[in-house]
Amino acid sequence: MSGLLPSPLLALRGIGKSFLGVRVLDGVDLQVRPGEVHAVVGENGAGKSTLMKVVSGVHQPDEGTIEFAGAPRTFRSPREAQQAGIGTVYQELTLLPERTVAENVWLGREPLRRGLVDRRAMLGRTAELLASVGEGSLPPDTRVGRLGVAQQQVVEIVKALALDARLLIMDEPTAALADHEVGQLYALVRRLQEHGMGVLYVSHRLKEVFALSSRITVLKDGRAVTTLDTADTSADQLVRHMVGRELSSYYPDPAQPQELGPVRLTVRGGGNRKLRGIDLRLRAGEVLGVGGLQGSGRSALARALFGAAPFSTGQVTVDGAPVRLRSPRAAIRAGIAYVSEDRKGEGIVAGQSVLDNALLAGRAVRPGRLGRGARTARVRELLAAFELRAAGENQEIRFLSGGNQQKVVLARWLALAPRILLFDEPTRGIDVGAKSAIHDLVRRLARDGAAVLMVSSELPELLGMSDRIIVMRDGRIAGELAAGATEEDVVALAVGTEREAAG
Amino acid sequence: MSGALSLPARRTPPGVFVALVLTLAIGWLVVTLDGGRLFSLPTTVSLLHVAAGLGLVAVGQTLVVVGGSLDLSVAYVVSLSTLVAAETMAGDDGALLPAIGLTLAVSATIGLVNGLLVTTARINPFIATVGVGLLLKGYLDNGYDGPAGKTAPALVQGLGYQRIGPVPLSFLLLLAVAAAAWFMLARTRFGHHLIAVGGDPELARLSGVRSNRVLVTAHVLCALCAGLAGVYLASRLGAGAPRVGTEGLYDLESIAAVVLGGTALAGGRGGVAGTVGGVLLLASVDAVFNQLEVDVFFKQVIRGVIIVAAVAVHARRAMRKAS
Repeated sequence: MSGLLPSPLLALRGIGKSFLGVRVLDGVDLQVRPGEVHAVVGENGAGKSTLMKVVSGVHQPDEGTIEFAGAPRTFRSPREAQQAGIGTVYQELTLLPERTVAENVWLGREPLRRGLVDRRAMLGRTAELLASVGEGSLPPDTRVGRLGVAQQQVVEIVKALALDARLLIMDEPTAALADHEVGQLYALVRRLQEHGMGVLYVSHRLKEVFALSSRITVLKDGRAVTTLDTADTSADQLVRHMVGRELSSYYPDPAQPQELGPVRLTVRGGGNRKLRGIDLRLRAGEVLGVGGLQGSGRSALARALFGAAPFSTGQVTVDGAPVRLRSPRAAIRAGIAYVSEDRKGEGIVAGQSVLDNALLAGRAVRPGRLGRGARTARVRELLAAFELRAAGENQEIRFLSGGNQQKVVLARWLALAPRILLFDEPTRGIDVGAKSAIHDLVRRLARDGAAVLMVSSELPELLGMSDRIIVMRDGRIAGELAAGATEEDVVALAVGTEREAAG
Repeated sequence: MSGALSLPARRTPPGVFVALVLTLAIGWLVVTLDGGRLFSLPTTVSLLHVAAGLGLVAVGQTLVVVGGSLDLSVAYVVSLSTLVAAETMAGDDGALLPAIGLTLAVSATIGLVNGLLVTTARINPFIATVGVGLLLKGYLDNGYDGPAGKTAPALVQGLGYQRIGPVPLSFLLLLAVAAAAWFMLARTRFGHHLIAVGGDPELARLSGVRSNRVLVTAHVLCALCAGLAGVYLASRLGAGAPRVGTEGLYDLESIAAVVLGGTALAGGRGGVAGTVGGVLLLASVDAVFNQLEVDVFFKQVIRGVIIVAAVAVHARRAMRKAS
């Protein structure tokens, strides 16, 4: 059988790529045949996106070769890859909402007639391309901003087709789609396949991977672990390939039963644009881990509890009393603190001093509650206790390392003596030493009676730190796991391999 | 989703024309009650002359704003152009064409500098063009105390005062320039690319558009339009005037006209037709107030209110579309 297989459309051999000395891809081999949908799966940070960017010309590999349509190629820019016939549909759409479908599809290559843009040809050819992918009902002179996300994706794909793409890279194409739109996308991908196009399909969602792909390559820690024929593979087998590494780091001891205090926070039926039917209880003294894939609602949950993107439905109580967390200000007043995953954007004011950053929340929300001197003294105490490494408290915070910036952010919140702490990726972008200092601190805060909710996409951290784990999927809590759960348990809940009652 | 598609694909005409008709109707009513005549021949001619000067500058401004940039040096370019034109002509009809050529060449060079500062040097367009404007101001303040040069009589009689019925030649020039700019945006690759660069420069670049070159071209065209406005003003005044651009507030008023016309200040959306509407609206308000002999300061206040209100209306519409 293997002798009859067509020669590969794309062949990657030994692709390696490092950023700032961190090895992101390591000797990756991968082949895509014409007319094949080849899925690439792996945990967050396994290197999927980087690999796609190497193929689409955004990044250049440090080592290894790319062979496309039988010839070795190097792509120095996305444009070169496009011209060679590799189209990409990015996670974030790249269309101009104020321009029409046809204008977007032909941008940069508008057909000319006597030196002028040939609008008729542009519209006609766009209509043909739309019809060829079964979307003939979409008028090519519609403004893209009027289209839904699924239709915009169709336009992206047609834009790639207009370049005579023979390989299409789709990076999490369903992330922004509603359920009924996913079905349309499936049909579209199958039609492309019939035309002999190769598709590299990156997705977290195993259901899609099994529905669409002919083969699956599993990436883990930058290596291609294995390539499987989809037909011969079960979901359980796939998950086993995706996870499974030793817990090497040290984590502080979990809470003893007697350390757990009363219920600090409850949510009943919480929901908003990104969340549905959230029910949870958070007790004093415990660390509740929140797992899930990117976009599953784990950050949305933390932001809802902090009032940054509030719940629009449901009830929240703090220490038994109902509260309305309509704004961060209200949440802070209720004794809630939040450490954002986006430290640069939401955590620090880059151009201000260490001290100003640490005093930010206190000054804003409780002016006069503590005397000016007392508040400053408290912050100084905290910074000293964290062993902050800075040239001085008047140094601009942007010159500090990520770990030290995070310590300043923590000092800001702890100065308010919060009873509930929400951490979203508290150790992202922080070196190993500072990481375990923050882990110790989180546990100590819980011991001292705070209720902690910690979002993490790093499975070892999630499993090592949490007394209890809830896993989010599609804006809901997909399930809860007790301490001692395995990476496989978390991933299975996150991607939804276990049968849902609703199907 | 199919519901979204059943909506008409064509864009509705800019609301500025509705506002224009309303302004003229209400203005006519108020002026008539006051015992004046808004649509008398002299008022109409003067309204169209005001529109011609501002319009030429604003059409050029539209191109840079659509491309996501801005030109605040236009008022000084206008002043300088009147001087270059009038001094080169020195009252001689024979020097007419070389003088216009030189004026446009000087303007284009200033536009080129603006464009290069904004693209290659990556200086914020606001800062870059104000800087270039101040440089020109320095030259003008240092070299001139008052009018200088003499405009060729043929130009004064032609572009300055010739009209067909109530419509001055200069207004026809504006319509021609506006039509050319409209055609360029709608039917040339340059136009398509300019709108794309204004919408998202990185996206345009990844689609193969040479973003910098496109934006520099837009700046050159904008300065050329300001230069043309200068030639027109020289024809009206009979001489070069070192402060005519700034006293006419051509920098801010041109941007106001562009915004009134529905072009997004962030770029990527809008067009020349709306700008012409915005220019006519501002000129009409001017004419109404002149007829009513309203206090100059009060006039400025009302213009400010109109502009802020227009931007607020556009912003609300954009928000509704986005949600």
